[in-house]
Amino acid sequence: MELHLTINGERVTRDVEPRQLLVHYIRDTPGLTGTHWGCDTSNCGACVVLMDGKPVKSCTILAAMAEGHEIRTVESLERDGQLDPVQMGFHELHALHCGFCTPGMMMTARALLDENPNPTDQEIRVAISGGICRCTGYKNIVAAIRWAAEHEATTRQEV
Amino acid sequence: MVQTPAPFEYERATSVEGAIAALGQHGSDARIIAGGHSLLPMMKLRLANPEYLIDINDLDELSYIREEAGEIRIGALTRHVELLESALLARHYPVFADAERVIADPVVRNRGTIGGSLCQADAAEDLSAVCSALKAKVVIRGADGERVVAMDKFHIGPYMTAVGDGEMLTEVRLPLRSGAGSAHEKVERRAGDWAIAAASAAVWIDGGTIAEAGLALSAVGPTTIHVTRAEELLRGSSPSEELFAQAGEIASADCSPVPDGRGPVDYKRHLAGVLAKRALRRATARALHQEA
Repeated sequence: MELHLTINGERVTRDVEPRQLLVHYIRDTPGLTGTHWGCDTSNCGACVVLMDGKPVKSCTILAAMAEGHEIRTVESLERDGQLDPVQMGFHELHALHCGFCTPGMMMTARALLDENPNPTDQEIRVAISGGICRCTGYKNIVAAIRWAAEHEATTRQEV
Repeated sequence: MVQTPAPFEYERATSVEGAIAALGQHGSDARIIAGGHSLLPMMKLRLANPEYLIDINDLDELSYIREEAGEIRIGALTRHVELLESALLARHYPVFADAERVIADPVVRNRGTIGGSLCQADAAEDLSAVCSALKAKVVIRGADGERVVAMDKFHIGPYMTAVGDGEMLTEVRLPLRSGAGSAHEKVERRAGDWAIAAASAAVWIDGGTIAEAGLALSAVGPTTIHVTRAEELLRGSSPSEELFAQAGEIASADCSPVPDGRGPVDYKRHLAGVLAKRALRRATARALHQEA
């Protein structure tokens, strides 16, 4: 079936089988391998992307189900050479070791801050509870997301 | 190992009637897909092999939580996150928020639906116990119209429901009565996991007496366990710690867990009893507005 998906604001058209999973549709698109394919069982959260602004696990959604919805992947975080505050926080506070969970963690964090600009540590922990960091670097991930929240608040005040 | 479902045909429904017509056309080869977080994993493992998938995610008319005709009515496509955040449910039946906080994780809860959870008919699933304890009814629609089925007639076996070929679940109805209190207690190995055991309790208190009670257990039997003997004990009694303990003992006795990686039988029986007691205690405190 021919699918027309909107990924990071761009229309991506491809002929695929109905059984193709969204994570593979995304990763088969040139330049979009940032979304990671992990456990394939909706447990690990490495494949999290935003669908209409909400984080979803793209290994457990058919590509066909995403047609007509806005998909955002980790590649959309950086804009015009400027890193997203979430990316800056992960950089500043060393919130990644191997980096495999990072795209899912960052997209989950982006969605959290879009909905709740000033989350508590507990709210951050609940939000990322669908992601597994096998390096167990959760403490720095939580700190990085808080850093992003604080940084965004400052930016908004300056604007 | 690449986990991809076997081939199938895919159709997006544009109306409930259209979905039912497609189901009727393809018979037992067709399945409805909503959140897909139970069905797609089953298809990857070849435990489910539908040849035709009917996607109902565009059917906004099946997504609602509203009060109507003395009931709370929940559309089948209502997602876990909406159940968790519903002020109407929080006011009448906080058991939903109790359960939703411990169902999978927030990202999964953005997709999974109440209709899919009930139709999956997995004995370890939480909302089936919640709806059983609340004496819910479900609306099943087919080409010839609707029928309303009580929860205790809905799950007819492991992964089997009263929904027939050519039919779909469209709505869950929760009766509203005064004096209600409800709670869900679950123990899991780690955040977001299936229950080792879970208990949902509801009481409706009138003049200091339990006028009606519901008690159901997850993960300790082939299907959701309705602890009807405990409900009979509770009905007409005054709430007390002794009464809750007795109900817990009945829950322990009347469940039928199997040993697995989550624990041996005696542990699960004990846990089911303790959780039943705690759920009844908290449900009662809520009914009496005594919750700390």
